[in-house]
Amino acid sequence: MGGWAIAVHGGAGIDPSLPLQRQEEACQALLSALHLGISALRSASSAVDVVELVVRELELNPLFNSGCGSALTAQGTVEMDASIMDGSTRKCGAVSGLSTVKNPISLARLVMDKSPHAYLAFDGAEAFARQHGAEIVDTSFFIIEENVIRLKQAKEAKSIQFDYRLPSKGWDTCASEAEQMVQMNGVPISLYSPETVGCVVVDALGRCAAATSTGGLINKMCGRIGDSPLIGAGTYACNICAVSATGEGEAIIRATLARDVAALMEFKGISLKEAVDCAIHERLEDGKGGLIAVSNDGHVICGFNTTGMFRALATEDGHMEVGLWD
Amino acid sequence: MEACIMDGTTMKCGAVSGLSTVVNAISLARLVMEKTPHIYLAFDGAEAFAREQGVETVDPNHFVTPENIERLEQAKEANRVQIDFTQPAKGDIRKENAEANGGDSQIGTVGCVALDSHGNLASATSTGGLVNKMVGRIGDTPVIGAGTYANSYCAVSATGKGEAIIKATVAREVAALMEYKGLSLKEAAAYVIEEKVAKGNAGLVAVSANGEVTMPFNTTGMFRACATEDGHSEISIWN
Repeated sequence: MGGWAIAVHGGAGIDPSLPLQRQEEACQALLSALHLGISALRSASSAVDVVELVVRELELNPLFNSGCGSALTAQGTVEMDASIMDGSTRKCGAVSGLSTVKNPISLARLVMDKSPHAYLAFDGAEAFARQHGAEIVDTSFFIIEENVIRLKQAKEAKSIQFDYRLPSKGWDTCASEAEQMVQMNGVPISLYSPETVGCVVVDALGRCAAATSTGGLINKMCGRIGDSPLIGAGTYACNICAVSATGEGEAIIRATLARDVAALMEFKGISLKEAVDCAIHERLEDGKGGLIAVSNDGHVICGFNTTGMFRALATEDGHMEVGLWD
Repeated sequence: MEACIMDGTTMKCGAVSGLSTVVNAISLARLVMEKTPHIYLAFDGAEAFAREQGVETVDPNHFVTPENIERLEQAKEANRVQIDFTQPAKGDIRKENAEANGGDSQIGTVGCVALDSHGNLASATSTGGLVNKMVGRIGDTPVIGAGTYANSYCAVSATGKGEAIIKATVAREVAALMEYKGLSLKEAAAYVIEEKVAKGNAGLVAVSANGEVTMPFNTTGMFRACATEDGHSEISIWN
């Protein structure tokens, strides 16, 4: 196929009764971020520059659970995670536990480019941000009223509010507590918003890159780290493909989801589509997540086993789509 | 300090990072796995969890040894971050050693992999990280799929340069090669160590569901030992 390709996502697992206006806002935001990426690709930007640029845009949008708009911890604070990986070199950078860095994904990039390490967290990451002149803001910048309310309700329900995984088959008939996401948390589902964000790109030279950013689970224990900053779980890129995943972090970690897509292609010689299908439907527990992926020959795909996933994708030949549902 | 444990039968796992007072990091990782809905807790949050769980904690000084203070000073002088830690060299030998082995580790991260009599596989890894690492630096040890991994095919615990192990997803790679390419444990582990990680950066121990054991490394040496039910055992440092 060839040519560049790009995909962005805003979380997997959508409440079917999410207000239409909300759905449209999310689609618009994804399209806007997609177009930003497309322009950059047309100006011959590299894959890793494009994924950073796009995720920065999504981090600034309070609609998504990343950067501004991040889910709140049990203490009402934010602890943001992000990671980025450059497929052509397999260099990577990740950050966790950020509370004042305006663009977590850019700090992850700095870790990759300007530190001898691959992953920095909490106080150390914040200190590194200051040393390198990353843009710092007051932590209140990231906290939105809606999430304060959601946190309160989650506490009242005394449970951890997963991003919202509605299993893809018959959520209304699921018996087990774990699957009744709507009831388990007792939170008005109309307040659920899009979630973790990510972007994958293959540029005009066939280089792949991936980036993922999140505020994590609402009402999470302080210090809890999910899949987004873990290379191989939420983010992965090599010379064959790039993947960004989202959903229930713990399930994605157990499945080493992002790496598995690449491993399936590399070791079994199957196509991107086949690898994604296998990873999503055979490796990942049902109803737990989704991913976007590109291959070095210009293919792009989205796969999920939840009810819906916010995503938008485009290829150089002019194809473009944005969607929520199957 | 950071640690990670994974149960290959259930695929459940637990990981902790940024500990400074918990006597047994690996046990806290196990508690995360068994007592929380999460997999990974770090820094203040992990320390708070430790106290909630009533695990043994001590003053951070308990963990700091004079040798490590010496190593840190040497690393700072050389403006270098070191794998785990080198032997603190004495006097003139210092420079020679540093050049000879490029700061490679002689003792470091610890880990264990096991196959029990019921066929269950598990892996555990624990470390203090790199000498002179940046505060807040997380290595491969607590990253599932990098330094630690177990599933129904094998259990793997890696050690070496964390950054290299993360980008090569070493532990998962061994299992993926077995599962997706049908390689044996020995073939898979050898391939990962020889082809997927730059020389001087990693070693691992691994066991497979059918009782194979392998301990490859591409560093100058690796402290290791193994034993199998049929009475075979081995303990070595060098090739």
